[in-house]
Amino acid sequence: MSSTPVEAPTEIASPTDEVDVIPDRPWIVLVWNDPINLMSYVTFVFQKLFGYSLEKATSLMLDVHEKGRAVVSNGPREKAEVDVLRLHEHGLWATMQQDD
Amino acid sequence: MLGRSRKLLTRGRDGAWTLHLGADERQLLASLAGELDAMLEARPDDPSLRRLHPTAYIDDEEHEAGWQLLIGEELRTTRRAQLDVLRAAAERTTLDDDEVQAWMQALNALRLVLGTRLDVSEDQEGPTDPHDPDAPAYALYEFLGYLLDRTVQSLSGR
Repeated sequence: MSSTPVEAPTEIASPTDEVDVIPDRPWIVLVWNDPINLMSYVTFVFQKLFGYSLEKATSLMLDVHEKGRAVVSNGPREKAEVDVLRLHEHGLWATMQQDD
Repeated sequence: MLGRSRKLLTRGRDGAWTLHLGADERQLLASLAGELDAMLEARPDDPSLRRLHPTAYIDDEEHEAGWQLLIGEELRTTRRAQLDVLRAAAERTTLDDDEVQAWMQALNALRLVLGTRLDVSEDQEGPTDPHDPDAPAYALYEFLGYLLDRTVQSLSGR
């Protein structure tokens, strides 16, 4: 899933196409407000994918609705990519970026 | 149309979900699923489908291009499998756990495409004039929303 090229290990760090990526900073997954998805459905998807309580999922859904977006998960890049894909499979508008 | 007091989906002791939906509604959903599936195959870049494969990396064109290349096909395959379940459900009375989730996701996908075509905005009321050319599509959009909300209620045990 990662676009990091697979290279033989060497003693000298190999240049990759991701020099701008600082590995220590976690990635965050954002869900953005949209006028179509139902509030009940969005809450349900947050519970289903992340195991959040109804309270936490509802609070995140309201953040998306009222503030325009919310951070729904974070972690290493590979985990963020899986989360974004799962959210897209459910029709939610999710993006990922490195945390500031 | 469904009775208000009746659940859309109920779970039996064997874990199978029974879909309480009339033959007409099942046929309608199957036909919509078939149309969307054909579009995903023939015209995957149609603007009305854009909500089905959103941008993952904003402000990062290079990663986004890689994402669409690697993940785009996987996402389209999953979507078409979800639509297959919705189509097949026209002829079936029960669905297992995975199928009922796919059924819900397919319903939502139909609603996303219809909402994109209608260019709906938040808190917008549909056309009040029944002769409005968008009135039938809007009624369908509302019906899909109703079914989806009832599905979420059933799956949440409410």
